Amino acid sequence: MMDLKELYQEIILDHGKNPRNLRKTENYNKDAKGHNPLCGDKVHVYLKLDEDKKVHDISFEGQGCAISMASASIMTDLVKGKEEHEVKEIVKDFLEMIKEKDQLNNKILEDNEKTKLMCLSGVKKYPMRVKCATLSWHTLTSAIDNTQQEINSENID
Amino acid sequence: MNIENIKKQFPIFNNKVQNNDLVYLDSANSSQKPQVVVDRIYDFYTKEFSNVGRSVHYLAVAATNLYEETRCLMQKYINAKDPNEIVFTKGATEAINLVANTFGQKFLKEGDEIILTELEHHSNYVPWHYLRRSKGVQIKFAEINSEGEISLQSIEKLISPKTKMIAITHLSNVTGAILPIKEITQLAHSKNIPILIDGCQGAPHLKLDMQEIGCDFYAISCHKMYGPTGLGILYAKKKWLETLPPYQGGGGMISEVKKDGITFGDLPNKYEAGTMATAQVIAFAESIKFLNQIGIENIEKHESELTKYGEEVLRKNNSVKLVGSPKNKGSVLSFTLDGIHAHDIATILDEDGVAIRAGHHCCQILHDKLGLSATARASLGVYNTKEDIDKLNESINKCKKIFNK
Repeated sequence: MMDLKELYQEIILDHGKNPRNLRKTENYNKDAKGHNPLCGDKVHVYLKLDEDKKVHDISFEGQGCAISMASASIMTDLVKGKEEHEVKEIVKDFLEMIKEKDQLNNKILEDNEKTKLMCLSGVKKYPMRVKCATLSWHTLTSAIDNTQQEINSENID
Repeated sequence: MNIENIKKQFPIFNNKVQNNDLVYLDSANSSQKPQVVVDRIYDFYTKEFSNVGRSVHYLAVAATNLYEETRCLMQKYINAKDPNEIVFTKGATEAINLVANTFGQKFLKEGDEIILTELEHHSNYVPWHYLRRSKGVQIKFAEINSEGEISLQSIEKLISPKTKMIAITHLSNVTGAILPIKEITQLAHSKNIPILIDGCQGAPHLKLDMQEIGCDFYAISCHKMYGPTGLGILYAKKKWLETLPPYQGGGGMISEVKKDGITFGDLPNKYEAGTMATAQVIAFAESIKFLNQIGIENIEKHESELTKYGEEVLRKNNSVKLVGSPKNKGSVLSFTLDGIHAHDIATILDEDGVAIRAGHHCCQILHDKLGLSATARASLGVYNTKEDIDKLNESINKCKKIFNK
């Protein structure tokens, strides 16, 4: 039950129920789709970058479990206003934390923002659910890199 | 054998799973194995192992006899006319691929039509899709009604002079609908169309009589029938197995091999190329004996009562919505919970030792039709009890509590 409480923290339930930025950015200039064929979860991330490569707006469309919706919601909240290279660093840091590290090491996010993001770390005890938490983040990377390829959660680590 | 104490026959229930008693509600995915089946695999490998159908030494002859004994047991179990109408495959998936591939090769051309239903598992759609790509055949889907059933009429109205095959499930792994396969077979045959039944969910739960049903092909998954994994069975009428070309080529399936040509072996070898899942076939004999000892009529009665009880309990739980309400329903209880995704349900239930499946259950066509991305599914086996259903319901209430519903 302790693990479950860590997984379904209030903030996760809140973001899962009322996801922020669940919409489609007007005039987006980058986007990518992600798909988890095992459960059918789908996500579409839209980015609008300024001329100076700052995230002017980010949003997502999709459906999924509380973990995947909360993860996409928190992600979009945290990277808004950041520069492209900063976004990539946050994504890398998050994915490393979910996979193996105990904490977030990036110097970009404020402490309270890191605390919020660490709420997703409860998923580490549920290996089958890690992909729920990481799908939108891989999809964001794909959007930034303009790969034009749908992310398939079965083909990523 | 008394069905009330049947759980004792399954060693998995002797152990705790994450400190919980196991409430196994995922039998539509795969069933647990009785001790006799587990023991048979161990004994075969420790005392009797040899490859079959090739060597002349003592163990090889004994193993070959055991292997063929399973074929005969299965012939009787499903009332096939001839043991050679039983072909061992690596699973029901391979059984359907075998038919799609060989039938398609020999009989189908561009513009021909195949009728499936919206209830089909991907394993009874993807193999036919290959023919759409390679041969340009058309695939038509018979539509479900509001109860999640397939009626005779929904298939009848799709039949045209171009229809060359009807391939349908016996029992839906999502809505639990049991299809009127005997009537659909009669309809198909009245138009000279062969019919394949995907029996993955039907075979473990329902009495099978191939003479009564009359179908041309019936695909079976042994691991859903209290048997080992890696094994399936294709029942096919002899006339088809004699007419259709071989599927895979290799050792054991040939008659004569020359540099300038090959002739193929007789049935059943023609379709069993290479070393087969020998231990699994031999152990599967114990699964059939186990089912015979309980009696399929008793299993049907037990599971039908339990399914009704499950429907009753879940209907009373006001946040639960059952997926489909077919009149003739098999041992499947798929459901959604208001505002809680199926994967979250499955994780929370798992914490209590309640094992269910969440997702699209390899039925994306059906989930799209229902407008659902995922459902939770509790599916029953011979070992389940009313207490299991009660525990399921308690854990569902825990989900609601966690999500403040």
